[in-house]
Amino acid sequence: MLRFVARRLLQMIPVLFIIATMTFFILRLAPGGPFDSEKTVTPEIRKNLEAYYGLNKPLYRQYYDYLANVIKGDLGPSFKYPNRTVNELIGESFPISAELGFWSLLVALAVGLPAGIISSLRPNTAIDYIPNSLAMVGICVPNFVLGPLLVLIFALTLGWARVSGWDEPIDRVLPALTLGAAYAAYIARLTRGGMLEIFSQDFIRTARAKGASPLRIILKHALRGGLLPVVSYLGPAVAGLITGSFVVETIFQIPGLGRYFVNAAFNRDYTMVLGAVLFYGALIVVFNLIVDVVLVWMNPRLKFE
Amino acid sequence: MSALLEILGKPPSDDPSLIEAERGTSLWRDAWHRLAKNKMAVPSMIILIAITLASFGGPFFLKQSYETQDLRLGAVPPNVRHWLGTDTLGRDLFVRILYGGQISISVGICATAVALTIGVLYGTTSGFLGGKVDALMMRVVDIIFALPFTVFVILLMVFFGRKFVLLFVAIGAVQWLVMARIVRGQVLSLRYQEFIEAAEALGLSKLRIIFRHIIPNTLGPIIVYATLTVPSVMLLEAFLSFLGLGVQPPMSSWGVLIKEGAEALEEFPWLLIFPGLFLSITLFTLNFLGDGLRDALDPRASKD
Repeated sequence: MLRFVARRLLQMIPVLFIIATMTFFILRLAPGGPFDSEKTVTPEIRKNLEAYYGLNKPLYRQYYDYLANVIKGDLGPSFKYPNRTVNELIGESFPISAELGFWSLLVALAVGLPAGIISSLRPNTAIDYIPNSLAMVGICVPNFVLGPLLVLIFALTLGWARVSGWDEPIDRVLPALTLGAAYAAYIARLTRGGMLEIFSQDFIRTARAKGASPLRIILKHALRGGLLPVVSYLGPAVAGLITGSFVVETIFQIPGLGRYFVNAAFNRDYTMVLGAVLFYGALIVVFNLIVDVVLVWMNPRLKFE
Repeated sequence: MSALLEILGKPPSDDPSLIEAERGTSLWRDAWHRLAKNKMAVPSMIILIAITLASFGGPFFLKQSYETQDLRLGAVPPNVRHWLGTDTLGRDLFVRILYGGQISISVGICATAVALTIGVLYGTTSGFLGGKVDALMMRVVDIIFALPFTVFVILLMVFFGRKFVLLFVAIGAVQWLVMARIVRGQVLSLRYQEFIEAAEALGLSKLRIIFRHIIPNTLGPIIVYATLTVPSVMLLEAFLSFLGLGVQPPMSSWGVLIKEGAEALEEFPWLLIFPGLFLSITLFTLNFLGDGLRDALDPRASKD
């Protein structure tokens, strides 16, 4: 297993290299620069700024310098927040995004798993159709519609939560629901499918014949196999949570990495955009690796290869 | 003679039902029958057609243009004159939703077409050539798949200006990956079947085999997946427009309207609710239609 993990981590290097290269050249080939919007900048100051950030050097040199710094773990100074490094900005904002992601995933699992298991117990009856249809609604109402709707109902009308902010525990509820709803729906559908397949297998019939209680059959025998599709979905789900965080952090004005990234993109903050993209890339690769390890651990038929 | 008859089967009788059975039903007719029986897919198709017709045809019959402003009116809730109310500039929301629908639906279809073209050509080439080329081409897909690609769409939109054409290209460019994988899988399973060998034995060129024999046989899964790509493309467009990166004013799409609605939420909630409803219903029906098509065209594929 260690060899498997080591090899996958090694494969991460070319992926991150491609991400860095693509992002770097998209940024630099695009018209416009980071200091275009500041009207007060005189030519001399502009020159000094460009010298400070190394923008006056030839492009290949900038690319080389950037990669050399990234290898050392230094993502460079931010263009828009003077005297702040990208490392600092990510270090400050990512924990907030991670917390949002954690609560959202918790919502998704806490709602999706029971709903999926319940609907798999009596397929094609009312207790199957109702959660399933709700799941479809959850998938089809985008988070940027759901978020403002939840604000309208729970913050503006009922006054149970605040419209935006990230200070008190109650502030976590609406964003986590907004971001988690679609994943709850997907997880419910995947759980239902996985459990139905397991229930049709011989070893479940054997367990029933032995007289095991339904609860024991679900928890002890079926869940481990039935949840495989859910676990393999968690890898792509993390990538989706990242994209979702752009919207949700904008709606609820949460100072997380998603909002920084969107602002950085608008402001042409080259280093911040590059740093955030690399960070996201690494995050996705690591999460896919964790998911693959858990999958092998859950399914003895798979092997590390 | 009797042995030959046994091999060829009995001569056709005059019973019409037997003739019907012998002629058999084509894959497409069979699929159509299955689809027509689907309780969710048929209403979905009707609603979709209605929304599309209304979006593209409706504005001809309505007097107001989407630009007609009535500033004195301001934002009013739904009433007899303005069915879904008006926005803050006094523009009729229903008319704006119909015009927005034109853009949203066009983006959905065009970007899917881009993804379809790239995906089918790439997947077919990879699967047909096989061997090292296939391994290399699929490795490229794997690597691109590992990239945070929505992030790249955002980058493209920000840095190359928010041009309408770029929107199709950017979205299409990230959606072709799954299509390529599906098509490749199909092609691999067809590659060594007898009828392809027969075509090769006849001396047909590779291109002809690909376009005449392989692609038509992969159409089922392609149609199913394309139907399911349209909603995810529309969702991506709305997502970009919501962030202010997609369709730009004075053009509008459902995503733009939702963005405007979310900003005016406190006083004029209908501005969010109706565009959101239109987008959600369209996504909902497209997903059900896609599921129905999968059951109809590809009965072996399981539902989840």
